[in-house]
Amino acid sequence: MSTSTEKLQNKQPSSRSLVGRDPWTTPLREIDLAHPGIWQANEYLPFLARLRRDAPIHYCADSAVGPYWSITRFQDVMDIEKRTDLFSSEPTIGIVDPDPDYILPMFIAMDPPKHDVQRKTVQGVVAPANLKNLEPLIRQRVCKILDNLPSNEPFNWVEKVSRDLTTQMLATLFDFPFEERNKLTYWSDVATAIPGAGLVDSYEESQKILQECLMCFSKIWQERASKPPGDDLISMLAHGESTRNMPPLEFLGNLILLIVGGNDTTRNSITGSVLALHQNPAEHDKLRADPTLIPSMVSETIRWQTPLAYMRRTATQDVSIQGETIKKGDKILLWYASANQDESAIENADQYIIDRPNVRQHLSFGTGIHRCMGNRLAEMQLRVLWEEILPRFRAIEVVGEPERIYSSFVKGYHNLSVVAHPH
Amino acid sequence: MPTITYIEHDGNTHTVDADNGDTVMSAAIKNMVPGIDADCGGGCSCGTCHVFVEPEWQPVVGGPGEFEEPMLDLNPERNDQSRLSCQIDVTDELDGLVVRLPEFQF
Repeated sequence: MSTSTEKLQNKQPSSRSLVGRDPWTTPLREIDLAHPGIWQANEYLPFLARLRRDAPIHYCADSAVGPYWSITRFQDVMDIEKRTDLFSSEPTIGIVDPDPDYILPMFIAMDPPKHDVQRKTVQGVVAPANLKNLEPLIRQRVCKILDNLPSNEPFNWVEKVSRDLTTQMLATLFDFPFEERNKLTYWSDVATAIPGAGLVDSYEESQKILQECLMCFSKIWQERASKPPGDDLISMLAHGESTRNMPPLEFLGNLILLIVGGNDTTRNSITGSVLALHQNPAEHDKLRADPTLIPSMVSETIRWQTPLAYMRRTATQDVSIQGETIKKGDKILLWYASANQDESAIENADQYIIDRPNVRQHLSFGTGIHRCMGNRLAEMQLRVLWEEILPRFRAIEVVGEPERIYSSFVKGYHNLSVVAHPH
Repeated sequence: MPTITYIEHDGNTHTVDADNGDTVMSAAIKNMVPGIDADCGGGCSCGTCHVFVEPEWQPVVGGPGEFEEPMLDLNPERNDQSRLSCQIDVTDELDGLVVRLPEFQF
């Protein structure tokens, strides 16, 4: 996800950036949350607060990616996401429309009833009961990464831990040839890349690359189908009653969705956990004193990080909300990053509190029928990671300014310079 | 004060006093009954307060509502006893209700 959004948005005129401007006096019509500048500069929070206070249903008439609405309050995001009849997930959930000639069938960008049928065919593979079987292997790989970290010298946590761990976990989930695992990240990037922005030059080229992805996975599929059912996703799809006859394009669409969905979201939440605990030493102390708080810390971290800042919907008809009229066809961005900071729904929302009440009640996973299918997997990865960090290190100290991604969609980091201090 | 009994997947049983005005979900949360997450806080939007209503109680409790059905439908563990407990309002009629909890919330 990051690659495409980044590269697309790199083309935007920098004059629109809100960086350095006063969030409370900037004219509302000039507030363009979709511009990545404030996200990279980590100045987005007060602009979100401004819209929540002054214009919770906000129209940005003029942006580099066209006009769009911003929804910034918790309850409004909940309400809109529930009305899939009025607010469609088609044709896409990003702000830029896809090339109509090249749309992979992915249920994240479908409405009922098609969405429900497709999601149900693959949902079982990330069901908690199946994840339990994968946990020992995931733990083993987490341990290996942690045991090989340099001690008492700075390194980039994103590269050495977050990226490698999520890629390894994807390879584990798919039981993908381990030495070739970086292909998964590559395909994920290609699937979301905008042609001409660096990674691929044309849709034909990405199609060709994704065809290779399909070929590779089809081979694995055949191999798994001929063996007894296993715990990995491909084996489950190959043996599953509702999935074993899946047409190739649908198979590819579902694979890409699983790869993309489990890629930078988890990666950035892993990095976010280190940063949040570093910035909140009292919370880190709480965690060290009581490791049973790990699951709660994980939920709080996912709220605090909000790895995807928004999801887009498209109005299927004219709709009036709080005096504003959203026209049929208008783009609507549901800002999870703002909803998760909404004081009217979450007390002390601006603080990172690992044992806060109702810690799971955040919107990072979205809500309603499109709620993140991999939410339990993401939580498990973070939980296992911290269960293994705590006994090894007294602290992961952040020693440099985090380098954030230039994107208003993927909230994450290129670089987090840290020193790991063993006990 | 209606009492509600929750039976965990491993057989652990919790009987709690609920108030009219509670839902079967909120009564569980208030009484720290494990096994119900209620990630959306009762908005019928996350599916993590899934319960199985004991067959003898199904006629009293009734079936899922309009927004509940699609959420339940996406749960691989759903069966014909499934309900989202945030959508079951506690009334005197439900005094003695028994629900079973799934091994995992999705």
